[in-house]
Amino acid sequence: MNKPAFLISKPYHRNAKYLAIFVILVIGLVLSGCENKAADPTDYSKSYPSQSGGTLIDAMIGEPSGLISMIAGESASSAISSNIFNKLLKYDKNLDIEGEIAESWVISNNQKTITFKLKPNLKWADGKPLTSADVLFTWHAVIDEKTASPYASDYQLVKKVDTPDALTFSVSYDQAYAPALDSWAGLQILPKHLLEGKDLHTTAFARNPVGSNYYKLDSWAHGENLKLSRNVNSILGQAKIDNLITRIIPDNSAQFLELMADNIDSMSLDPIKYSRIIPARPELQKKLALYKELGNSYTYLGFNLKHKPFDDKRVRLAINYAIDKQEIIDGVYLGLGINIASPYKPGTRWSNPALTPYPYDPAKARALLNEAGFTDTNNDGILEREGKPFSFEIITNQNKEREKSAVLIQRRLKEVGIDVQIRAIEWASFISRFIKTGDFDVVVLGWSLSLDPDQYSIWHSSQQAPGQFNFIGYNNSAIDKLLEQGRLELNPDKRMKIYHEFSRVLLEDSPIVYLSAGYGLTAIHKRVKGIDSPAPPAGIGYNTHEWYIPAPLRRNEISAN
Amino acid sequence: MLIGISLISFFIMHLAPGDITNNEASFNPKASEESRQKLREMYNLDKPVIVQYSLWLKRMISLDFGKSFASHQKPVFWQTTDKDGNVTKGLIQEALPITLLINILGLVIILALAIPLGIIAARKYRGWQDRSITLFNFIGFSIPGFWLSLLLMYWLGVMNNWLPISGIHSLDYETLDTWSKIKDTLSHLFMPVVIPSVTGLAGITLFVKNGMLDVLNQDYITTARAKGLAEQKVVYTHALRNALLPLITIIGLSIPGLIGGSVIAETIFAIPGMGKLFYDAVLMRDFPVVMGILTIGSALTLIGNLIADLAYAWADPRVRRGVVQS
Repeated sequence: MNKPAFLISKPYHRNAKYLAIFVILVIGLVLSGCENKAADPTDYSKSYPSQSGGTLIDAMIGEPSGLISMIAGESASSAISSNIFNKLLKYDKNLDIEGEIAESWVISNNQKTITFKLKPNLKWADGKPLTSADVLFTWHAVIDEKTASPYASDYQLVKKVDTPDALTFSVSYDQAYAPALDSWAGLQILPKHLLEGKDLHTTAFARNPVGSNYYKLDSWAHGENLKLSRNVNSILGQAKIDNLITRIIPDNSAQFLELMADNIDSMSLDPIKYSRIIPARPELQKKLALYKELGNSYTYLGFNLKHKPFDDKRVRLAINYAIDKQEIIDGVYLGLGINIASPYKPGTRWSNPALTPYPYDPAKARALLNEAGFTDTNNDGILEREGKPFSFEIITNQNKEREKSAVLIQRRLKEVGIDVQIRAIEWASFISRFIKTGDFDVVVLGWSLSLDPDQYSIWHSSQQAPGQFNFIGYNNSAIDKLLEQGRLELNPDKRMKIYHEFSRVLLEDSPIVYLSAGYGLTAIHKRVKGIDSPAPPAGIGYNTHEWYIPAPLRRNEISAN
Repeated sequence: MLIGISLISFFIMHLAPGDITNNEASFNPKASEESRQKLREMYNLDKPVIVQYSLWLKRMISLDFGKSFASHQKPVFWQTTDKDGNVTKGLIQEALPITLLINILGLVIILALAIPLGIIAARKYRGWQDRSITLFNFIGFSIPGFWLSLLLMYWLGVMNNWLPISGIHSLDYETLDTWSKIKDTLSHLFMPVVIPSVTGLAGITLFVKNGMLDVLNQDYITTARAKGLAEQKVVYTHALRNALLPLITIIGLSIPGLIGGSVIAETIFAIPGMGKLFYDAVLMRDFPVVMGILTIGSALTLIGNLIADLAYAWADPRVRRGVVQS
């Protein structure tokens, strides 16, 4: 095509004229795009005294299926419902348990009965009183066969409940159950007067709930947004921010564009945005505050311990030494993760500070593999034992970070003479074809854990049936015993010792290779004040009711799209 | 026919490993296998596939599309009212209008642009107009939609505050008057409608152009020109009507496409439409939703074919008289 001819328009060619107009338009638009919007003159970093009012807009990628979280089960649901409902107990800033609607609780001498005393004059958002009958109703609901709550098992252990008066609720277990307190810090109390006799699976309450916490649901536009406003009957006092709006924006890039355009106040970030994109743009740095906090989750490489040669501890250790974990943290998480040596969040009481992760030591890895009988007999760079090359497949679900980690592992293992293939599989197939059937050699996966240290369902040898969580087939009587003890011990200090020992044995036995614990990364607009930084052990979200937006920094209320 | 289609889709769906209890949220050490088993029983997922299919078919006979597993038992197709008068809207009922609106607007834009462009390209065949139209079409066709979307979102939404970035309504939508509501919705729909149209333009333009070229080379056009008819009349009255005939088939075939949204566009622009609904349902193994959409889709395909055939017969007397096979 001849470019100059393109621009010479003959007036009697209508179409040519249109083309010319089009070209000019495009050029004009591109040019006008180059000049930036006038910089926002507001100084968001100034400090202001705490005050009420304002609207906080955030975004999430998925829509909750309903707001009764014992049924919904997904994180999108609990993120919203935790603003609406209360629990008996909660975790404070330092991850110690304190009362939420319970004023106090007493553990009986035989450690089998817990008696909760509720705060007086509790009310639902509709003004009706909240009593121990509601707590009892909620317990009945969660263990009900018809409810089929995925989280029922903790509450099924309760053998006897009692509500001697409107403010007292007591539960008895057959034997002491240490994770009980954690479980009562997880159960959102539902109103009996609105739900009695209803089917929790179909009730309209799930989309139009009445709770007791700081906020109540105002409206829910399907697939678009959920709007919450302050609950004036809130039993814990009043939150500072008037309205919370959560927009549903499934695409991460679109969320980030909305954040840049100042249409949302906060979103969770990936490492690239956190450490590359935002720091490189002064206009974003000016208005966004970045927070990083350790989540209660980690990524690991797990062996199928029922398959040879992974039943051999030397082989597992060799692979552990052969993997450069720091390389994965730097390469995949851009340094925004830490190396761990126990399945607990570092810095919390359950994490054993005496343990150190296995270093990267390929020489030691080779020596261990030799010791286990692997040698390169045919000089092809791959080790063999009994004539068979050491070769296996790493499977993982379709998760970019896990796939990238697997690639780095593949290369490091090749260096010590192990041939590795990688397969990434869609989640539902991954679970039912491979994990449930035990048809895998090695997985790269992650665990997201609750704050209680009990990990019975993951490591105890009795939890290996299809669908249970000890799918790697770990079987160690010392670990079994520690896990059982840990469940019976309610004294935090004694319990801590048990789990420190548990972590030590686990690390030494190396049934999995801890790859990293990644930071949760969040950007929040600087107009939002009152956020703890650096993040306390519980994360920045523990005091959202104290966050505030000073009036001069508020966006022109809501008119912003 | 519909039964055959539904039978095949039902079995293919169930051939895929996993069910609703295998979603990511269930991989939580607090969630026990027994409770998952209970869920499976509740949804009849423990029964053989053929039994599940007959249960489904039995419901379908009374046009009951069932309830979604994944989204808190929302009805799949149309709203239900419980005994307290609470209305729960159906998933398809909520997703369909927005998808239809986007797709119909898109189709109108494509046709409005593709027909004139195709005619120009055919009339100026191998002229610079033809070449630039072809070039423009191929650029549009080759640009990845999501990439163009993100660039335009950045440029129109972030750098210049001209258009909203995502969503279909502003947050204060409920408080607006009718005129502002329409304006608000249109500004939200601008990018999701226009960007896919750029990609879709190429095919239809080429279709019109080739049809036009074919017709313009026919003897009767030469005759028309020879007897001194005005060029405008030759092209727009005689040639165009014949050249547009194949378009009827294309439009008829695109009817089922109108209810299927694009997953990528809907995800990027945060539009709660049919594409996202179907995609999520497949990932979640939410069988009633998948089957509901497939059934409606296949019914529409059959209807679309019928309409195309009828319209063809209406437009082309030759087909009615059995002179040519369409």
